Amino acid sequence: MDWGFPENVSTFGADIDAAYGAIFYATALMFVIVQGLLVYCIIRFRRREGRKAVPIHGNTRLEILWTVVPFFGVMFIAYTSASVWLDIKSPDRMPEDAMELSVTAQQFEWSVTYPGADGQLATADDYSTRNELHIPVDRAVRLTLHAQDVIHSFYLPELRVKQDAVPGMEIPVWLQATATGEYTLGCAELCGLGHYRMRGTVNVYSQQEFDTWAAEEAAIASGAPASLPPVAAR
Amino acid sequence: MSTVALPEYVHHYHDPAHADDRSFVRKYIFSTDHKIIGIQFLFMSLTFLLIGGLLAMLIRWQLGWPGRPLPGGAVLGETRMPGGIMLPEFYNSLMTMHGTIMIFFAVMPLLVGVFANYLIPLQVGAPDMAFPRLNMASFWLAVVSGILMFAGFFVEAGHAAAGWTSYAPLSVVPEYSGVYNGQVLWTVSLIILGFSSLAGAVNYITTIINMRAPGMTLLRLPLPTWALFITSILILLAIPVLTGALILLLFDQVLGTGFFIPEMGGEPLLWQHMFWYFGHPEVYILILPSFGFVSEIIANGARKPVFGYTAMVLALAAIAFLGWIVWGHHMFQSGMNPMLGVGFMATTMVIAVPTAIKVFNWIGTLWQGNLHFHSPMLYSLAFVSMFVIGGFSGVFLASTPVDIPLHDTYFVVAHIHYVLFGGSLFGIFAALTYWFPKMFGRTMNERINKIHFALTFVFFNLTFFPMHELGVNGMLRRVYDYTQYALFQDLVDLNRFISLSAFALFASQLIYAANYIWSLGRGARASANPWRANSLEWTVPSPPPHGNFDSMPVVYRGPYEYSSPESEEDYLPQDAPPAEAPRPEPAPTFA
Amino acid sequence: MSQAAAGAITLYPRRPMPGMGVYNLKLGMWVFLLSEVMFFSSLIGAYIILRFANLDAYAQPGAVLNVPLTAFNTFVLICSSVTMVKGFAALQTGDQRGTRLWLLATVFLGAFFLSVQGIEYYQLASEGFVPSASSYEAEGAAIYGMTFYTLTGFHGAHVTIGVLALIFTSVKAFRGGYTPTKLGGVEIMGLYWHFVDLVWIILFTIVYLI
Ligand code: HEA
Ligand code: HEA
Ligand code: CUA
Ligand SMILES: [Cu+2]
Repeated sequence: MDWGFPENVSTFGADIDAAYGAIFYATALMFVIVQGLLVYCIIRFRRREGRKAVPIHGNTRLEILWTVVPFFGVMFIAYTSASVWLDIKSPDRMPEDAMELSVTAQQFEWSVTYPGADGQLATADDYSTRNELHIPVDRAVRLTLHAQDVIHSFYLPELRVKQDAVPGMEIPVWLQATATGEYTLGCAELCGLGHYRMRGTVNVYSQQEFDTWAAEEAAIASGAPASLPPVAAR
Repeated sequence: MSTVALPEYVHHYHDPAHADDRSFVRKYIFSTDHKIIGIQFLFMSLTFLLIGGLLAMLIRWQLGWPGRPLPGGAVLGETRMPGGIMLPEFYNSLMTMHGTIMIFFAVMPLLVGVFANYLIPLQVGAPDMAFPRLNMASFWLAVVSGILMFAGFFVEAGHAAAGWTSYAPLSVVPEYSGVYNGQVLWTVSLIILGFSSLAGAVNYITTIINMRAPGMTLLRLPLPTWALFITSILILLAIPVLTGALILLLFDQVLGTGFFIPEMGGEPLLWQHMFWYFGHPEVYILILPSFGFVSEIIANGARKPVFGYTAMVLALAAIAFLGWIVWGHHMFQSGMNPMLGVGFMATTMVIAVPTAIKVFNWIGTLWQGNLHFHSPMLYSLAFVSMFVIGGFSGVFLASTPVDIPLHDTYFVVAHIHYVLFGGSLFGIFAALTYWFPKMFGRTMNERINKIHFALTFVFFNLTFFPMHELGVNGMLRRVYDYTQYALFQDLVDLNRFISLSAFALFASQLIYAANYIWSLGRGARASANPWRANSLEWTVPSPPPHGNFDSMPVVYRGPYEYSSPESEEDYLPQDAPPAEAPRPEPAPTFA
Repeated sequence: MSQAAAGAITLYPRRPMPGMGVYNLKLGMWVFLLSEVMFFSSLIGAYIILRFANLDAYAQPGAVLNVPLTAFNTFVLICSSVTMVKGFAALQTGDQRGTRLWLLATVFLGAFFLSVQGIEYYQLASEGFVPSASSYEAEGAAIYGMTFYTLTGFHGAHVTIGVLALIFTSVKAFRGGYTPTKLGGVEIMGLYWHFVDLVWIILFTIVYLI
């Protein structure tokens, strides 16, 4: 167990972690101030024989101070968060040359559809995998989320991705992995009995490995033996 | 009853010459006396608090020892825990009902049903609520609703299992959830509870506006009453939205409509918008009353006026207002337009500002005080300290990018419990203890309360603080068996630690329960004003008689004139006539 | 607040104290109506969202719904608000007979409205315009039927409650239960009734005309 987020393997993950860190330090500072003052008051002003409390009713300048300072504090947090957020979630800012995949959630599995050799989704040579997402490293991938029955949530902790898949909606997500390896794919939205086991893996390959894998899958899908020489993916 | 007839009102005041000759049933069961109704709510909601706590213990068993049979658990039956091993469907019901019961049947009625009823007429100087019979209806509707909710555990295919938020379509289509009547009972019960809350809110608002004693201007109201007033407004406006949403949900569940079913043209996100449009004001309904209690008790413990009384009132109002425009922060990852997410983030962040005002004013109230650490004061100080932690985790969640990894993880669970247990429930402990002498004419054992306080404070933190760590590690909430994920397998030890702390936390609550029940019958007799406090409820005997005041009280000053130079004592009741020549009755002004 | 009220009413509690100068029952009714506003807003909001999400599913105004009939019915309901006002005005001047007759007229108009709505529902249903998706046959899609019946149905339920309360009020009026100084029951009945009327005008515009 690490004392922090799972290891990050996505391009924008570092920005998220940095935003988390910034809020952590800001709140840690406020935490020390507030709890420090509390403890100070508790010790310093504890009941003493003969002491009479000073009946102060308030102080307008202090009141203004602790309204204005937190206001700018939180507005700063919101301001810096906004661009990180839009870079990740806004459809207009998603990379244009991304590889397109389609993900469909249903109780209780994920199926990922890949374009076949033509690089186009929704054509005859598409093929798909169950509970496995295979992607090349260092390449932007754009996934369109669908849901068949109830709401699920596409969750890749190491890639810092979480996005609900809602029946009746098509929701785009993009990501770009920075390291090869096997990572977690999970469902983060309560979707029924099997919610807890609606999980799979993300396999991040080097481009070469990915091309090999893709060719094999395409071949299997088209009914040909798997041992054909790799077709250049595009 | 809307007429010139003077006597009607007057005879509500207690006439010591006349014995109270109501029958037992009219006096204690179908009573219209706000104090009895408050106490009825008290016992109902404490029962539900106990049930909600027991459900949490079952949850913690499964999370600490996933799949291990619970000794004796088999008594819960084959459909729940065959051989003591919990089934996933039962886990989902447990988690759903834990949230639902704690929020709707424990904390909300404790804060509002109990204290709005008990305190408002006493603190404003009225003999009873504006509409006593409506008030009685409010309680009995809550009972009906509670029975329906509880009955859900015994219906075929189990109780509701779609979370306390009941996201559609899961909550609508039985084939998806595996739950049939349980889900419908959940909906119907909450619709009925809505009527109960509404009846209450209409009463509280009318009473506070219209039935204040002479001189009780708005800015002389004790802060619990202010907080309950604003809470009532939130209830009044938020509950009908929930009712509207629940009715659509019910139609989908039983009439075959499809408001939330995409195949029929419905919108799953519409449910979320409606639910959270109610839901976020709801979480402020669950905290504002505690803000009020704590303000009262901290001033009393510090023997000082509340620092910045007006700012405190304005902050309450600001929180209540802002609470209406932030609901989208529960839906950042829901597929809602990301630009909207930015707007909701900004409004959510702004709520930290009025909250900061409150926190710093509490500290200002302590400053240069003469702090008496009676147990209500201890609970209140813990409230401030713990609520702030919950507020900080809220700021993490409010940041849209940071919410991506944290949404639907135990970080959110940690946040919930810091604000709801560390906040609301500590406030409730403070209030239950502080007003115990007034309600029952006896005092609780102070030493035992302090032990309870210390144990609760420690085990609360040991239980819930590590949940932040689980959340940051990615552990999902509402998950029956997290060991399914390789990533979470090394979280078992921490979960086990949390479970052990949770059991200890539960056991510590039994100490309080025992003290409470014991003190009801055996506690030392309490005087009228054991805490030497200023507000009007302390000017009448403990417990107050039917009709509360012998005659209409007259108010001369605000409720927090502690350590005033005007008085020899360190307190100065609101109705004590000023020392100099008796002034004329204060002019009836609004505000 | 009406003129008569200002002087006479403030008596439960005894005087206008620091309060609003409105008697409890009336204040309570206002407060309750605020919650009703939120209730109808939530339903109307849902209607608008669903309609925008399914623009093709909603038939043109008049294609399915009988607008002239409902326009006439709207007029009836507005008239009932007028009779309600008349009844209250009569009571303020102590005209018991007037009060009773105007209240009866209001009951009659309210019941008439409900009957027309019943006839409308019956006709629509026989054309296949029904609330549940499984048996839907009319033009547009099922969501149209669901939202239509929910919105108008909840309004109808409010009118029904109103008519029942009006009958109760009338009976009490016939027994001489109200006087110029004891008129709260009629006044709050009027508030509720006007509210229900107002909601209908909004619903009629949104559901039938747009
Ligand atoms: C009593 C109940 C209560 C209260 C008071 C709050 C208060 C707040 N909540 Fe919380 N919240 C819940 C109950 C509550 N919440 C519940 C039950 C859920 C989960 C629902 C579910 O999904 O089941 C939830 C979920 C929730 C989410 C959604 C998380 C997710 O699902 O991903 C978010 C996101 O923004 C959030 C934010 C906040 C914020 C910003 C506050 C703010 O009001 C906090 C403000 C307070 C402070 C900030 C501390 C004091 C301030 C200072 C000392 C000043 C200085 C501070 C700074 C400069 C930072 N809450
Ligand atoms: C006020 C609200 C409240 C309170 C007090 C609690 C208290 C506790 N909660 Fe709960 N919890 C929620 C509100 C609350 N919770 C909500 C809203 C959810 C989300 C549900 C969802 O996802 O849908 C949740 C979810 C939740 C989860 C996550 C489940 C999941 O996602 O799978 C867990 C897991 O550990 C948990 C644990 C606990 C524990 C150990 C306690 C302990 O503190 C319990 C301690 C015991 C008591 C507090 C009872 C003591 C009372 C008495 C003994 C009676 C006293 C009698 C007299 C005085 C006479 N809670
Ligand atoms: Cu799919 Cu949870
Ligand atoms: Cu919220």
